[in-house]
Amino acid sequence: MINSSLRIQNMTMSYGDFIIQRDLNFTISRGDVFIIMGGSGCGKSTLLMHLIGLHKPLKGDVFYGNESLWQSEHKERQRILKRTGVLFQSGALLSSMTLAENIALPITEHTLLGSRRIREIVAYKLALVGLAGFEDYYPSEISGGMQKRAGLARAMALDPEILFFDEPSAGLDPVSAKLLDDLIRSLRDNLGATIVMVTHELASIFAIGTNSVFLDPETKTMIASGPPRKLLIESRDPKVIRFLTRDETENRNKNETKHQEKCDL
Amino acid sequence: MKTINNIPCELKTTLKIDTLEVSIIGDWVLEAETPDLAILLAQLGEGSKITRLVFSTMALGRWDSLLMTELINLIDYGAKQGIQVDTATLPSGIQGLLSLVYAVPERVGARRQEVKTHWLEDIGKSGLSIIGDAKALVAFVGEIALSVVSLARGKARFRWIDLWMNIQDCGPSALPIITLISLLVGLILAFVGAVQLSLFGAQIYIADMVGLGMTREMGGLMAAIIMSGRTGAAYAAQLGTMQVNSEIDALKTMGFEPMEFLVLPRLLALILIMPLLCLYADLMGVIGGALVTITFFDVSLVEYFSRTANAVHIPDFGIGIAKCAVFGVLIAVAGCMRGMQCGRSASAVGNAATSAVVTGIVFIVIADSLMTVMCNRLGV
Repeated sequence: MINSSLRIQNMTMSYGDFIIQRDLNFTISRGDVFIIMGGSGCGKSTLLMHLIGLHKPLKGDVFYGNESLWQSEHKERQRILKRTGVLFQSGALLSSMTLAENIALPITEHTLLGSRRIREIVAYKLALVGLAGFEDYYPSEISGGMQKRAGLARAMALDPEILFFDEPSAGLDPVSAKLLDDLIRSLRDNLGATIVMVTHELASIFAIGTNSVFLDPETKTMIASGPPRKLLIESRDPKVIRFLTRDETENRNKNETKHQEKCDL
Repeated sequence: MKTINNIPCELKTTLKIDTLEVSIIGDWVLEAETPDLAILLAQLGEGSKITRLVFSTMALGRWDSLLMTELINLIDYGAKQGIQVDTATLPSGIQGLLSLVYAVPERVGARRQEVKTHWLEDIGKSGLSIIGDAKALVAFVGEIALSVVSLARGKARFRWIDLWMNIQDCGPSALPIITLISLLVGLILAFVGAVQLSLFGAQIYIADMVGLGMTREMGGLMAAIIMSGRTGAAYAAQLGTMQVNSEIDALKTMGFEPMEFLVLPRLLALILIMPLLCLYADLMGVIGGALVTITFFDVSLVEYFSRTANAVHIPDFGIGIAKCAVFGVLIAVAGCMRGMQCGRSASAVGNAATSAVVTGIVFIVIADSLMTVMCNRLGV
């Protein structure tokens, strides 16, 4: 078994002539919950697009195991990407199909399984994300949180080795967001999948992240990497600290000193 | 990695008094040949002494959703038969997934029953839906009328730039397709007529036929049908997408009346532009007719145009232009109504665009027939 499931090498991303991020180098290990973080507009989601083959990098490459994603032919790339599943920000379920049809779509396309077996797998995936019995619902008939979980069920349809999440907890209430985090973590534990997650939800970052990279929009490159909790303690970069503490450290310190003074009096 | 040879899946059972031990052997990965679960289930069925089921996974290779679905089948069946299924010896990953699967019980009433309806009921329902549609149309026209009233009183709120954008969009941008179609329609009219008229040596009357045909009828009709497909569908898709993105709700909360802000500029643009497009289509049709007549039927350009000028009078233009203004209203109403009624999904936007074109063309043809009969009776 190869230990790294994803390696990003010297990658520069751009929209036309406009450089988004340059010289990205990092490795995502098997079994990681890898967080891509940074402020709004730093290119987190763009980076995800590059990892899942939707956008070609200006320079550099992405390696799945030992296979290059962007040097490969179209067919090769399709084969590599079959090992991945993606949950888009709003679920991206096809609105003209029921949940069951949405989940069955990649299965029917990529395997030769019979319809009874597909039905069983669909029921199992829906039960995994807590939506047992919702097969015949259309995406518009269920809530946003449920759509997101159904999107997760579709992303997992083919038992992928790597699961990508684009802001999974955006638009969810704190409890639902926590439940989704727990679900993601237990899926990682039980399926042995690698998770790559774009997010700026601090709660999720600290709760489930095992490794991370921090993208900075001003210098247009990564300025920190490592486990999020360790970054919080050890990082000396003011931008990273401000992000990871929601810029509240100074205020908090001030409040504490004020409080102290009052006590002293 | 996918080329590894799979070890075939197998299930072996050993019975110890009232406990059945199921050994799961091999690679249980999707598309593998699985042993028939029915044999095992039959062992557990009615009249068996088995009260407990345990698993042995010593020889289990790789596994994925395939094994999970079979296990779920087994556990569900066991639960139905009152057999205790002991999952403690399964690998921890499988146990974790199973606990996720059974963590949220199926919500009561979530599953849908297929409802069979009688065909009479279906017919009744579609009848009722026509009545509903008619009511919605009347309500929509009423709302438009109210917003026109507030426009006349100078109280309607919309951005004039929107009106100009819409005029640009349904006017000048539509000229190429109008040119092509009208020219060809004029050409066809001329050919069809010429074959008959030349039998009597009356080719010169092609000019009358094309001129009157285009100005009174075909110019406006063709322009309207083109605009219904081009602009009516676009209106429905724009408003439908705004509905999907909650943009219309946002406008309402900001105190804008969607009827005034969105529908009025579109309606005004079409009413203003359609007569002009009609005139343009008339001209193109006459040119198309002239091309045929001059090239094939031995009539000079001057003769053709003086004949046209004699045959076609101002009232003929008036009728065509008036009709076309009415068509403009109908296209805008059909497009905007379908757009505003749109549901909140991608397929609903498609349906809205389709039914906008269908409704628009039906309206146009009905209105045209009525107006033609009216003109005929009134002798205009």
